[in-house]
Amino acid sequence: MSSKIIIGQYVPSNSVIHRLDPRVKLVTVFLFVIFVFFANNTLSYGWLSVFAITSALLTKINLKYIIRGLTPIWFLVIFTFLLHLFVTHEGQILFQIFGLPIYSGALIQGGAISLRFFLLILMTSLMTLTTTPIEITDAIELLLHPLKKIKFPVHELALMMSISLRFIPTLMQETEKISKAQASRGVDFKTGPLKERIQAVVPLLIPLFVGAFKRAEELAMAMEARGYQGGEGRTKLRELSIRRLDWSAMLVFLVVIIGLFLFRQ
Amino acid sequence: MDIVFQQVSYIYQPNSPFEHQALKNLSFSIASGSFVAIVGHTGSGKSTLIQHLNGLLRPTVGELRIGEYQLKANEKLANIKALRRQVGVVFQYPEHQLFEETVEKDIAFGPKNFGIASADIERRIPQVMKAVNLPLDLLKRSPFELSGGQMRRVAIAGVLALEPTLLVLDEPTAGLDPKGQLEIMDMFAALHKQKGLTTVLVTHNMEDALKYADHVIILENGTKYLEGKPEDIFIEKEKLESVQLDLPEEIQFLQTFQQRFGLSIPYRGQSITELAHEIKQRLEGMNQNE
Amino acid sequence: MSTSQIEFHRVSFRYSDDQPWVLDDVSFTINKDEWVAIIGHNGSGKSTMAKLMNGLLMPDKGDIIVDGIKVTQKSIWEVRQKVGMVFQNPDNQFVGTTVRDDVAFGLENRGIKREQMLRRIEESLKAVRMSDYLLHEPHRLSGGQKQRVAIAGVLAIAPDVMILDEATSMLDPKGRKEILHTINEVKQLNKLNLITITHDLNEIIATDRVIVMNRGQVWLETTPRELFSDEQKLLEIGLDVPFVAKLANQLKDLAIEIKPQPLNQKELLDALWTLYFNK
Repeated sequence: MSSKIIIGQYVPSNSVIHRLDPRVKLVTVFLFVIFVFFANNTLSYGWLSVFAITSALLTKINLKYIIRGLTPIWFLVIFTFLLHLFVTHEGQILFQIFGLPIYSGALIQGGAISLRFFLLILMTSLMTLTTTPIEITDAIELLLHPLKKIKFPVHELALMMSISLRFIPTLMQETEKISKAQASRGVDFKTGPLKERIQAVVPLLIPLFVGAFKRAEELAMAMEARGYQGGEGRTKLRELSIRRLDWSAMLVFLVVIIGLFLFRQ
Repeated sequence: MDIVFQQVSYIYQPNSPFEHQALKNLSFSIASGSFVAIVGHTGSGKSTLIQHLNGLLRPTVGELRIGEYQLKANEKLANIKALRRQVGVVFQYPEHQLFEETVEKDIAFGPKNFGIASADIERRIPQVMKAVNLPLDLLKRSPFELSGGQMRRVAIAGVLALEPTLLVLDEPTAGLDPKGQLEIMDMFAALHKQKGLTTVLVTHNMEDALKYADHVIILENGTKYLEGKPEDIFIEKEKLESVQLDLPEEIQFLQTFQQRFGLSIPYRGQSITELAHEIKQRLEGMNQNE
Repeated sequence: MSTSQIEFHRVSFRYSDDQPWVLDDVSFTINKDEWVAIIGHNGSGKSTMAKLMNGLLMPDKGDIIVDGIKVTQKSIWEVRQKVGMVFQNPDNQFVGTTVRDDVAFGLENRGIKREQMLRRIEESLKAVRMSDYLLHEPHRLSGGQKQRVAIAGVLAIAPDVMILDEATSMLDPKGRKEILHTINEVKQLNKLNLITITHDLNEIIATDRVIVMNRGQVWLETTPRELFSDEQKLLEIGLDVPFVAKLANQLKDLAIEIKPQPLNQKELLDALWTLYFNK
């Protein structure tokens, strides 16, 4: 419960973005990730940024919360920027830091790459913030459906994913519970030499595995008792349908892509 | 060890959409040597409370004192290990914390972490095995080969081997069969007396709270709702029912008995045999007066 | 049609050849529409019996007959249509990511059409009073609520028998009460064989018959009333009778004979009233 990892954790709401079909969101983000690499000037970067930030605003999730969720990523963004700053030797020398020359090209390239990186992370986290994991699973199952023809176990894969998703909160709680029990028995997870800290993980991992195996066994038994015999002959409760909203979103995205190719050099 | 809570609040995941306040302005004090029951329905803040007792959590606001140790908001306790050495916590389903190859090693795990000498540990192991009523020939066995009830006892032995002065029990008998439940609770009660421990028991079981505790704190919504001696608290039918708690069976019975026959038999911890005698006496007395 | 729903004929079972028998020559019959409790201390073999009843385990010796069908590898799917089961751990039987998905799971497995599925989900969630939680995720539900969803999942497939395998043992008193209440309601609304497996004797009060297990054998077949007067014998095998029964038994020792054995406080008080003021 006190877990601090909140990056991309689903935040319930009824915004336009939340209501989009998960397949549309998944494909859009996938394409965005590719097309970001086509941006190559201020105008095209600006254009994509406007799209990303508008999407973020449309989720109705507090912007501050989204940005804070990205905190661990800032480090990477800044690191990438600095790396380019010192390594790239293009354009004019602007000034020197600790005797190292900083080129104008480096500033531009560093900025562009970090921006690209930021946009990628922002868009993917927007998807997970507004789409329940099970919707993502459904989307993947339907998008991969054609692969069934080549005997790819699409149903099994989707079931595996949905069960894993179902048990993530349970296992997180369990991890916390066991680590607290062991901390009460004097295990120190946070300080001390690295070797000791690695050893401290053993009393956490073993009970966690033992517990997970027991759960898996009981779950398998419960599933069998409820008549599960594999994907054959099964019907499905969950349905996805593309509605007018989804067509509009796809249209908007198409305009964004066309714009991108008009604006890039 | 005395325990003093002064206006303690605890908030999970503050400043996020998942923010949740588990303790609100909670103040109470427990004298050293008491057997305290903490009662409340699920979500009332019990488990958050006990995690403060050995510094697993620190208050978001307010402060508390456990013996000589102070826990304050925004201030890390330097010698937290020293505190934990003195506070033994038996969590719910403690058998989930077992991990060593043998029962013996698992019991020794805690004491070893706290730097207790091996000679000392070796002396303690047979003692705690005896306390939890397990035969010594289990020591070389793997804890995972044992029955559920035996695993529970091994886990409890591992906590007792720390020789704590404050013992915190979170639903220690959950899932055991009636005989196992009785044995475990009686063992804790005996240890409490013998070693002069301070014991904090978190329980849903009103009968246990009534039977073993000398002080009861009832939590509701993260704050103190009622506090006092069990025989005073557990007669407050309306107050308890409004927070979805039941009276212990014996008190429930005596209250209906009084309504039905107009005879008041106050509860003072009588055994069932004593109650039967009293009921007979009072009923016959009443019959003769007619 | 026969009147028996489940028959065990000299059933023995062990988990592997080098381990002791968990069930040793067990025979009994459960009749249609009966509510039967199977009780025993932890490790007495009672949960194993439940798993044998719908073919999750197969007996090493003897036969098990469910509604006239012998349980074999071939017949298990037919048997599982007749026998639904609620397990002990609320978390480890919740398959779906939401309440609705979880109730749907058993229906999906049987290839039920979507429209019919939606109707059955609605009905069965209503029966356990969980309709308001349709889209809730399991980690936002209490243990009692999860178990009610599990019961709804069983009701949705409309079996003849529902087995509750220690379904309340991991719940708090509130959750336990919820489940007992739900079971009583469900029993009244449906023609359903109920089998309650438990070590909490407060849960057997409403049942018709009790099978007491001890060390893998049927130790006693009796009624709740009869059982409650055997306090000493039950203590020997690790079980404990409810407070009312204890008090009645103590009164009996003082020559206050309360007949029949009371099942709850009201019955005891009524009996005392009759004895003393209504002679």
